[in-house]
Amino acid sequence: MDETDNAERNAAGPMNGAAASPVPSPKISPKKPDAVEQQDFVNPTLNIIQTLSRKTSTSALSTRTTLPSREGTPPPLPPRPMNLAFLDSRPSTSHSVAPSRPQLVSKATTQLSYTNTQTHNDLRDDSPSSGASRARNFFGLNVRSTASDADDSASVKSYAPTTIEVGGGDSESTLAGIMDDHEKSVLQSLGHKFSDQEAESLFPNDPNFESAFDREFDEIEGMASDGSNEEQIMLQWRAKLKHFLILSSAGKPIYSRHGDDQLVTNYIGVIQTIISFYQSQNDTLKGFTAGDVRFVISSRGPLNLVAISRLPESDAQLRGQLDALYMQILSTLTLPSMERMFAARANYDLRRPLQGTETLLSALSDGFTRGSPSTLLSALECLKLRKTHRQAINKTLLSTRSENLLYGLIVASGKLVSVVRPKKHSLHPGDLHLIFNMLFEAGSVKAGGGENWIPLCLPGFNNTGYLYMYVSFLNLEDPTTPVAERPKSREGGGAADEVAILLISPNKEGFFELRAMRDQLVDQLQKNSSISRIREAVKAGRPRCTDIVPGSPLRHFLYKSRGNVQFTMPAWEPYFESPLERRRLMSLYNTLHTQLHAKPTSLKIHHQTSATNISLAWSTPLFELYAVAPVATSRAALAQSANKIVQWVRREEERVFIIGGAVF
Amino acid sequence: MADSGASQPKPSSSVKLVLLGEAAVGKSSLVMRFVNNDFQENKEPTIGAAFLTQKCNLPSRTIKFEIWDTAGQERFASLAPMYYRNAQAALVVYDITKPSSLTKAQHWVAELHRQASPGIVIALVGNKYDLATENDSADVNDADAVPAAEGENPEEEEESTDARRVPTKTAKGYADEEGLLFFETSAKTGQNVAEVFTAIANAIPETSLKGPRGVGGQTNLGRQEDARVNLGSARPEGAKEGCAC
Repeated sequence: MDETDNAERNAAGPMNGAAASPVPSPKISPKKPDAVEQQDFVNPTLNIIQTLSRKTSTSALSTRTTLPSREGTPPPLPPRPMNLAFLDSRPSTSHSVAPSRPQLVSKATTQLSYTNTQTHNDLRDDSPSSGASRARNFFGLNVRSTASDADDSASVKSYAPTTIEVGGGDSESTLAGIMDDHEKSVLQSLGHKFSDQEAESLFPNDPNFESAFDREFDEIEGMASDGSNEEQIMLQWRAKLKHFLILSSAGKPIYSRHGDDQLVTNYIGVIQTIISFYQSQNDTLKGFTAGDVRFVISSRGPLNLVAISRLPESDAQLRGQLDALYMQILSTLTLPSMERMFAARANYDLRRPLQGTETLLSALSDGFTRGSPSTLLSALECLKLRKTHRQAINKTLLSTRSENLLYGLIVASGKLVSVVRPKKHSLHPGDLHLIFNMLFEAGSVKAGGGENWIPLCLPGFNNTGYLYMYVSFLNLEDPTTPVAERPKSREGGGAADEVAILLISPNKEGFFELRAMRDQLVDQLQKNSSISRIREAVKAGRPRCTDIVPGSPLRHFLYKSRGNVQFTMPAWEPYFESPLERRRLMSLYNTLHTQLHAKPTSLKIHHQTSATNISLAWSTPLFELYAVAPVATSRAALAQSANKIVQWVRREEERVFIIGGAVF
Repeated sequence: MADSGASQPKPSSSVKLVLLGEAAVGKSSLVMRFVNNDFQENKEPTIGAAFLTQKCNLPSRTIKFEIWDTAGQERFASLAPMYYRNAQAALVVYDITKPSSLTKAQHWVAELHRQASPGIVIALVGNKYDLATENDSADVNDADAVPAAEGENPEEEEESTDARRVPTKTAKGYADEEGLLFFETSAKTGQNVAEVFTAIANAIPETSLKGPRGVGGQTNLGRQEDARVNLGSARPEGAKEGCAC
């Protein structure tokens, strides 16, 4: 991939300059001035009803398009906070992961010194500045030594005491963050074998972020009746990294991820005021920044949706998340019936008809806060399975297909195993995301046991009516007995033993028909030993980077096949097991994704180096690839690994992706 | 407990049962207690409806319950007929700490009487008994703070201090009027849960049973009365049959 190298170089220039903003700024995400955005946009939304109709159509369209690319501005929604009671059921998940917030990383100095350090090990370093970098090695060493306490640094120090200027005034903090890494690299360069855990983190420590992320999913306490704890509660509320608010265009609260009505009412009022101020100017507010917090507003028909984030996410990404929330609401109500409610009364309280779905909205929100590759890429992940095995399953699905079946899906541990669908209808990733969220994240369905019959609207398929979904979870060890009760798993995508059969029909009375199909299907899958193959594939899990390319320096990658709207990735283990590390990785991916999709100049290849990692984003008409490696990796090595991944995917394409599926 | 399918080949028949009631009164929890003998705090709301089965062994026969556990939210109400149509039994559940849920239960009972099959056996179940204080003898102070359940006479002295807001008397009175089985249960502690289902099993007229596994069901005509004796529950009113109008 020679071209990559060249491109890298090209991309590198601008990048270095900009490096500070994307990588390191957990707080300062690259935002455009509000003024600019507002200008783009001339959208008079004064009249609610107008807005309704217009947005409606817009929303339908945009729903179908991929989330990241969405340019369309959703009109703001009316806010409506949810009940805290529902939140109780929320995950007390101990996601102790904070998104990376590398202040340190941003320093050019740091990067250099890192690279340099590595240069010792890898003389082939092809970075444009290799000469300079070598010189810097000394600096890096010195710098580190100054900041560190004596001990091993002593020898290092002797090398070059002058370095401090590089870091300038900030050098101290910068160094502090990086020290550990420096030390390692130093030690390595000195020939020490060094493999402690610290070495494994790709991200600098950031205690503030860690503790914030730790508490991100905690419940906010109830307000004491005398209001004595008000201040404390407000602090808790403000400390959240991410908020989602949904309000009606009349300003009624509909949903809020954190805090009860009482708590968010004021904020809803303020936001509504801001939104309507712009509307009164025949303008539409798309987003703004306050301090280190980014606000993105999406107006969809009678709803205003607001995302408030301190994580490094682009407007487009946040807007994609708001779209998913909007689709969840449509999935519950259908578009026409929601419009009818608001047409009858503009200040209609949408919380009533949405009662009970707060858990779904919150599961979606928390998924976004934890970071989800699927949402970032708006693509699906499939269970890796041999082509012939998948074909056998497809055939079984086709042969047992009952008359009124629209879609049939087999899902294992949150990954798609097989699909049966009519020729003229493909499945929309956004719809599947809603279904997976309901089944694997929100726990409402799986906790109940038994089989389920769920009316739902799939807005990507058709936002005007309901379909009916039969859901049955299988016990892989003994598929004939349906799972009576499944343990709750809130962590990313469902436990390994969860295999669900989903059969979707437009026929409201079709439960027993589909149930019969399920019995037949499971019976046959068992006979042709597909069940045991699924079980093995589930057990095998995702391969590690080193399984895919032996010796690969890559720590993780995401590969999205554009044509299939599917993605594949290696296991989180061993480097990204904790939610915190995962969140940091996802923040890095967010940044890369933003760079790749930035308008108007979209890059083909983007290279990024920080104090602790080196990463690559690569876009072609066929795929998008994001890859991360420790900073000691050279660009050439990274590029080479990326090429190997692409080759691997090409080879395994029919295993990692579902191509076509069972079509009737 | 009523499960354990270990018995001899007894006549067996399936009974379609539907649970109805306001959201968050504990329908799914009751079912989970009955089917899995398990309980989860803060269970998330049911979406749509869940279908579960559980056997209930009576001395003379085995009843296989096919249970439709429906979601209580308003927006699912229009789907309810699909579930109670042809049902032989219904559990209408309310929350003893929430008077409005009894009102909702009464609406469901009325709807069932109007539209469900005439012979349907209906049990009125007040759930969350664990939230009521054990001895009703306690202080009467708060009594005036207790809102009365709509449509019934204001609460007497009985329940006070605790979270109970629907006096047993009120609900029982209503159940008697309408000819419903009546129980107060706790899905959390398991209290009375099995009894409800056993009572329903006993109250189903033999004639309305279709044995899925052969003719067995029919042979026991007339034994129903004996079976009833086994309901050792503390609540003798349990055996009343739902009357058709």
